[in-house]
Amino acid sequence: MTTASLDPSGAVAAPTAPPGADPETKRRARREGWKRRLPLMPAFIFVVIMTQLPFLATIFISFSNWTAFSGNKGFAGLDNFKTVFQDSDARSAVITTIELTVLVVLISLVFGIGIALLLDRTFRGRGIVRTMMIAPFLIVPEAAALVWKHALFNVQSGLFNGLITQFYNWFGLKNPPQPDWITSHPLGTIVTALVWQWTPFMMLIMLAGLQGRPMDIIEAAQVDGANTWQIFTKMTLPHMRRYIELAGLLGAIYIVQNFEYVYTITSGGQNTANLPYYIQQTFFAGTGEYGVASAAGVVVVIGTIIIATFALRTVLSVLKEES
Amino acid sequence: MRSTQRVAISVAVVGLVTAGLSSCSASSGGSSGGSKTLNVLMVNNPQMEALKKVTPEFTKATGIKVNFKDLPENDLRSTAATEFAQQAGQYDLATLSNFEIPIYAKKGWVADLTKDTTDAKSTWNGQSFDQSDILKPMAESLTVNNKIYGEPFYGESSFLMYRKDLFKAAGLTMPANPTWQQVAGFAAKLKKGSTAGICLRGAVGWGEVMAPLTTVVNTFGGTWFDKDWNAQVNTGGFAKATNFYVDLVKKYGEPGAAQAGFTECDNAMIQGQAAMWYDATSAAGTLVSSKYGSDIGYAPAPVDQTKSSGWLYTWAWGVESASKKKDAAWKFISWASGKDYLSTVGGRTGTGMGWANVPAGARTSLYSNPNYLKVASSFAQPTLAAINSADPNNTGRTNHPPVPGIQFVDVAEFTDFGQKVSQEISNAIAGSTSVSSALNASQSIAQDGVKAYKK
Repeated sequence: MTTASLDPSGAVAAPTAPPGADPETKRRARREGWKRRLPLMPAFIFVVIMTQLPFLATIFISFSNWTAFSGNKGFAGLDNFKTVFQDSDARSAVITTIELTVLVVLISLVFGIGIALLLDRTFRGRGIVRTMMIAPFLIVPEAAALVWKHALFNVQSGLFNGLITQFYNWFGLKNPPQPDWITSHPLGTIVTALVWQWTPFMMLIMLAGLQGRPMDIIEAAQVDGANTWQIFTKMTLPHMRRYIELAGLLGAIYIVQNFEYVYTITSGGQNTANLPYYIQQTFFAGTGEYGVASAAGVVVVIGTIIIATFALRTVLSVLKEES
Repeated sequence: MRSTQRVAISVAVVGLVTAGLSSCSASSGGSSGGSKTLNVLMVNNPQMEALKKVTPEFTKATGIKVNFKDLPENDLRSTAATEFAQQAGQYDLATLSNFEIPIYAKKGWVADLTKDTTDAKSTWNGQSFDQSDILKPMAESLTVNNKIYGEPFYGESSFLMYRKDLFKAAGLTMPANPTWQQVAGFAAKLKKGSTAGICLRGAVGWGEVMAPLTTVVNTFGGTWFDKDWNAQVNTGGFAKATNFYVDLVKKYGEPGAAQAGFTECDNAMIQGQAAMWYDATSAAGTLVSSKYGSDIGYAPAPVDQTKSSGWLYTWAWGVESASKKKDAAWKFISWASGKDYLSTVGGRTGTGMGWANVPAGARTSLYSNPNYLKVASSFAQPTLAAINSADPNNTGRTNHPPVPGIQFVDVAEFTDFGQKVSQEISNAIAGSTSVSSALNASQSIAQDGVKAYKK
């Protein structure tokens, strides 16, 4: 994929070297092509080094018997992978990761579609509203997690409980309930915060999809007497299918990797540890289990690649449809 | 229409790329530099920020340049373990705690500093380092087999902070040496509306809930392991103390206790939402300038069966055995842990500077310094007393594992099994599991953790 995009010779060289041209022209064309490519090579090599070498190193380490305290004691075979699959913490981390990802993707997709439908209409100040809706996605996850934990969910100083108290005061009621959000719904609070951050992403893609609808056909359907619900379920949703798939899969890839929210809000307590958190814990564990942590990392990458394959296929099908 | 589709896809792709880049920000260690350059690995606490700012003065006096690499605590631990285990020689010295130094000393990873401490000529200004001025429990916690392997930069113990005004209003008096039963009684009477009776850590982490809890375990006569490394977590004093602690925090503690660590309790105290708080002596510096600062009193760590129960913790300088610049490293230590350093940062303002924030808990002389006492009069003596009553080698238990440590068990594996046990205890505080099942799970976690030592 990378070489294809970096290779302009196909497009550029073709006109200068018509089929059947003499070898000299061909050679010149090839040289011409390399000249154009050459300035891109440092960037290309840099990308390969930066992305591929650490991954190869991780795979290598995952087969080694390496801890911070004992140093590298050589080849461990599949032992690290066995540890990952046998560890009950690792298994519960896998289940939590799946729960977290599925919930966040589904809920933020539903919100994303809803908000996109609202923003698809024309109204005054639409540009501003759209920008504001995107804002959560642009906030650094760690900062957002801190705000959710300390400024919103906190029992004593959080906004939610403050609002409940204020509400009770307005009506002269006493003893407002002060729920302990994080303790009573540990996973729920993480899901809420993640949905807040990822809804804008879903919304953006949905909005693009909505604006690609063929309006003349929808108008025709209206003339034929179809109501709004029928238009939505029979025409809009089928048209949106690819966009929903794309948003869902891309979102899933990143929510699987989420670390900041789990780390900040619950520190993995009450069964909220997901795979990235488990990897971090293993890596920083007393004796520094580098081999096991790398093996867990490789397992996550393999899982992500499976999801990513579907995602790429969807992206490609959208592009194909376009042309 | 097509362009909007393209926009959607490019938004998605840009999102992917930026997220990917931000997650792989690699960091590289300091370069080796010349013979007059020291590479220092350190934790990024406020006091270290201040140290970085005043280091040019050290360079000016000695001609020794200093490269700092500062990391958050967890990353520092992992980096230091790799660096010192391999004796890579990338760093000459590092901030290590009294958790790491005994472990590293036994492995021969840190250099013996005993000779340097007595040789005035080896210090940065040619004056005596005055090892006898270092607080004794601190010095002891960094000494292995009568050899000194670290010098404290700052240190702390734990004590009970309480609101004198609330005690007065409720007609209560804090005894000179409170017991845990008395404290529980006070907490019951002081819990009112949004004010918790007592704030205690409940958050996951061997350095969060396990630190205060382990001191309670010690004074209730409990222990993590016996002499032969048999885990004692679900029986005897450990079980009694955990039941007491969880019960106390559930009944009269702060709301949301399962997520509360040092920071949360500190905030609760500053905002007047807790009547008592049992935690690090270093917290006093943060309270003193708050709204209720002048109302806060300090009592020794509550006890049950032992005479004292405060913990002991320090960030100290350790020199890597493989370092080729040990002399320069000692010069730096004699400056940073020396007597003059306190006035170097005491008279200034900024992060970690000013007399209220000087690196405390390391030198006795600080506690007779009038400048320091001007701002720290309320907590200076209680802090000194708390540190002096902490004994890292004898917590009052009769049957304890053959390693030092008050609020931790000084084996490398502790950060792992301590963390896992902290999750169980935090779950019990949250109410999602019972104390007894949390302790039963912890028992096997603890036993698994030390299987390498058990004969």
